[in-house]
Amino acid sequence: MTQAPDVKERYVAAFKAFAGNGAGAAPPWLHEIREGAIARFTELGFPTMKQEEWRFTSVAPIAETRFALARPEATLTPAPRDIDRFVPRAAGRRRLVFVNGRHVPALSATDGLPAGVTAWGLAEACRHHGDLVRRHLGRYTGTPSSNAFTALNTAFLDDGAFVHVATGVEMDEPLHLVFVTIPPPEPLVSHPRNVVVVERGARAAVVESYVALADGVYWTNAVTELAVGEGARVEYCRVQRESRDAFHVAATHTHQARDSVLGCHPVALGGALSRHDVHTVLAGPGGHLTLNGLYLLGGGQHADHHTVIDHAQPHCESHEYFNGVLDHRAHGVFNGRIIVRPGAQRTDSKQTNNNLLLSTEARADSQPQLEIHADDVKCTHGSTVGPIDQQQLFYLRSRGLSQETARGLLTYGFGTEILGRMPVGEVRSQLDYLVRTWLAGGGAERRRAA
Amino acid sequence: MLLEIKNLHATVEGREILRGVDLAVNVGEVHAIMGPNGSGKSTLAQVLAGHPAYAVTAGTVLYEGKDLLAMTPEARAREGVFLAFQYPVAIRGITNAYFLRSAVNAIRKYRGEEELGPVEFMDALAEKLQAIGWDDSYLSRPVNEGFSGGEKKRNEILQLAVLDPKLAILDETDSGLDIDALKTVAHTVDKLRRPDNATVLVTHYYRILTHIEPDVVHVLSNGRIVKSGGKELALELEEKGYDWLREAAAVA
Repeated sequence: MTQAPDVKERYVAAFKAFAGNGAGAAPPWLHEIREGAIARFTELGFPTMKQEEWRFTSVAPIAETRFALARPEATLTPAPRDIDRFVPRAAGRRRLVFVNGRHVPALSATDGLPAGVTAWGLAEACRHHGDLVRRHLGRYTGTPSSNAFTALNTAFLDDGAFVHVATGVEMDEPLHLVFVTIPPPEPLVSHPRNVVVVERGARAAVVESYVALADGVYWTNAVTELAVGEGARVEYCRVQRESRDAFHVAATHTHQARDSVLGCHPVALGGALSRHDVHTVLAGPGGHLTLNGLYLLGGGQHADHHTVIDHAQPHCESHEYFNGVLDHRAHGVFNGRIIVRPGAQRTDSKQTNNNLLLSTEARADSQPQLEIHADDVKCTHGSTVGPIDQQQLFYLRSRGLSQETARGLLTYGFGTEILGRMPVGEVRSQLDYLVRTWLAGGGAERRRAA
Repeated sequence: MLLEIKNLHATVEGREILRGVDLAVNVGEVHAIMGPNGSGKSTLAQVLAGHPAYAVTAGTVLYEGKDLLAMTPEARAREGVFLAFQYPVAIRGITNAYFLRSAVNAIRKYRGEEELGPVEFMDALAEKLQAIGWDDSYLSRPVNEGFSGGEKKRNEILQLAVLDPKLAILDETDSGLDIDALKTVAHTVDKLRRPDNATVLVTHYYRILTHIEPDVVHVLSNGRIVKSGGKELALELEEKGYDWLREAAAVA
């Protein structure tokens, strides 16, 4: 599957138009980063299924679609109540809202955040706090990126969230970053870029969600960089609930300093085709990571999660749990790589991926990959793919539950097992509601679409 | 008559395990079914609960005069049959409290009673827990997930106490319990004894019968009940083992 050369040319042409026009207000250092990134994308091109990292996921539908960049002047501003349904009511004063990739101050409010927490649109942050942004932007994605989508995101880097939590600040309630797409008649692409920096000894919670106000073909190509400072504690939730015709490609890069604690919770419910790369680095000794993800898919949905946990330093602990529930003709892909670098002794790493197939046509591919270059380590992994367990089903029925209720409960358990590890109550209950809705009605809705 | 089993034959994967079981249980009674490994004790328990892996090839089972074998597993439970599993399975992500409430409400709904909300249920549960002298540490944990063998068995008994069935079948609930856990389980079962319910204790060991006095003791061997008697039969088995019965069965 070689790509027609015009695919790359199309993006280069779009880049030239973008760099010479809408992106004009950006500082010169940012222009330089973008130029480097479009050059990188031209080298890489869109990945093909011949590449090991992409062997279960074809991005041809993305490469073949002509997407237009969102034009800020053409973007409608939704009413606040359209946004309210995506954010817990209590979080009204701590949210940044983005429409078609662009920060909308009128829909955002940050006065509910404690002093020492700053949340800006990235474009604004580049203009007014360039030095701070520059210190972090692109630092955790690897430069040049080996991921064509990240290169593209960087080339078209324009807006997103920039969050800074100052040393020692304690943030009890989460900041919500809400990315809303209002699909126009023509396919639209946005490249949101988020940078979250939590300084030494601080405590923070951030929720990133992707939603749509209507059905339609669009593509979100998001990149988030999260730096967790020494001894800091961060809970990071990510909820992908794009419309069912959407494409969603994302990379989340986290970087943990010494003795930091991170809970990273990616949940994927939406999109026709989605791919999420989670790349975590335990960059200082004593770090602790919980990577706790869930995907619920139906209809003809395809979702691919590639995770990397990089134990670069000794005495770190990582616990990874991913559950998938797949109905109809859905296809889930999980690839979990754990790297233990030379010298990363006393690493304790545990990975599990459980997939529940609700239909005989649903499919899950699960691949653990361990690369261990140290000798005093504890690494375990396990994965399952299968239908509802008959013994469990009988156990529940023997307690009076109907077959249907029992199946529902066992399926729900795949979700709640993951949600139970999310300490942020307001997100947990929102997701619990989404899981129940998915079980109750979402499946049927998708069945029609299938 | 609460339960009446006649000439019950059952197979699993084509192998005949039960070869003509006859058993009658009245309300108010405790029956012990003893027997060596492989005699068919657990099969009998699973067949009564309706496990789909077992096929009944002959015989009848009447429960309160109704055809038990024609009922789905959930219908049996709603009618008041409870099996304490020998090997309870774990249910990921579902807390014990949530599970118990779902089970209680399924049964209440069947009886035409109002379903209990989370708060009402927790109140009712607190009473049960207090009555059997247990704390609530089990409730917020996922069902049997990461439980020790003993905890799983205790959890079966907690379900028994909460669901309050008419016919309780305990499948080797005493196996693998240390003496303190055994006492707790036995005392709970004993406390739940009433003139309007009955218990069938399937066990390999005499031990539990020193805490729960059975009205009738049966010996199951090679898929049949080969001997029935009073509690003194259990003592005889404890002293002589099962070999003499196997020989007797072979002669017969």
